[in-house]
Amino acid sequence: MRLIAENLGGERGGETVFSGIGFKLEKGEALIVTGPNGAGKSTFLRVIAGLLPAAEGRVTVEGGGEDLPSVASASHYLGHLNAMKTALSVEENLDFWRAFQGEPGLGVEEALETVGLGGLGHLPFGYLSTGQRRRASIAKLLVSRRPVWLLDEPTAGLDKTSEERFAGLMRGHRQEGGIIVAATHLPLGLQGAKGLVLGMTG
Amino acid sequence: MLALFLRDIRLSIRAGGGALIGVIFFLAVIATIPFGVGPDLNLLSRIGPAILWIAALLACLLGLDRLFQADREDGSLDLLVLSNDRHMLALTVLTKCLAHWTGSVLPLVVAAPLLGLFMNMEPLGIGATALTLLIGTPAITFIGAAGAAVAVALPRGGLLISVLVLPLTIPVLIFGVSASYGAVAEPAPFLQPFLILAALTLFLAVLGPLAAALALRHGTD
Repeated sequence: MRLIAENLGGERGGETVFSGIGFKLEKGEALIVTGPNGAGKSTFLRVIAGLLPAAEGRVTVEGGGEDLPSVASASHYLGHLNAMKTALSVEENLDFWRAFQGEPGLGVEEALETVGLGGLGHLPFGYLSTGQRRRASIAKLLVSRRPVWLLDEPTAGLDKTSEERFAGLMRGHRQEGGIIVAATHLPLGLQGAKGLVLGMTG
Repeated sequence: MLALFLRDIRLSIRAGGGALIGVIFFLAVIATIPFGVGPDLNLLSRIGPAILWIAALLACLLGLDRLFQADREDGSLDLLVLSNDRHMLALTVLTKCLAHWTGSVLPLVVAAPLLGLFMNMEPLGIGATALTLLIGTPAITFIGAAGAAVAVALPRGGLLISVLVLPLTIPVLIFGVSASYGAVAEPAPFLQPFLILAALTLFLAVLGPLAAALALRHGTD
């Protein structure tokens, strides 16, 4: 499994945010995207995921076989929104994503344990604090399997302990041959990750 | 897909889901008509099917703006769009439409016979109107999905969706009402308009979700 971007460019509202970006991530590799606010980190991730059309160039996965023909099908996308329903309980939310996304990974209870929300599954998602919501959202990465994780500010709102726990999860994912692309301005504790700095000038 | 259907049904009956809003609106409109038209029982029973249909149509349009907007606001829509390779987006939309119909529109169909009594309709007419509503309202939801997908990014898109969708629902309304009349008023036929109504629903069950999926794919930002 390889994630390859060639000469990638993205634009927002007709204005080029970045261009000419290329990278190649092998199994177990990670890419950290940094840059000031408005540098296009989120746009970059959305272009990779296929939510926004690339202005130029392309992103492909290789070696995914028939099951994973596109980047979108091989990826978990964790945006800055949590994609959870406030009216449903945490368990119901995760049960839904587990069933909908397919290729089930950890059980819901186990995933919640892993992110330190054990025993809170029965609460409506709306009752959780910002950090807990983020952790529940991270649990969503664990309930179904995807080789590529696209993370947009994954640790926003997390406390020190949760950050370390999440760093551990990412380490585990890479050891299993997963690929991570994370946009952040906080240190994520990813060792040996490639770096990419997006500037205002591209 | 079943998971998505169940989730949307669950959301529609939980607090803030809005499943009852449509029924209450429907009830309010029908209850107001006799006050406006006057206590002429013959007139009421004559316009009954049409009034039921128009009120149901408007009540259907009421909740449509939340069909995709709620998912967009919490980020779920991105993940639904990204799952396109596993679950074709048009089928995802179809599932959401069916869940929306079951949660918000089916209660209208169930309430229609009761409200038919308000309009002094005879039992056969009430039955025919409820049946045409049952067959015809899914079509409104399917067209509405396309409108809702186009207006998904607009913060107050509800009215725009109604304006976009209303002209397209006119055929459904025409054949729904004429089938309802056909059941009670000789020599007007019942079966022919009813079959066209069913055909419209089937046709729009394909076209609506496809158009909505296309709009959603290009509407992500």
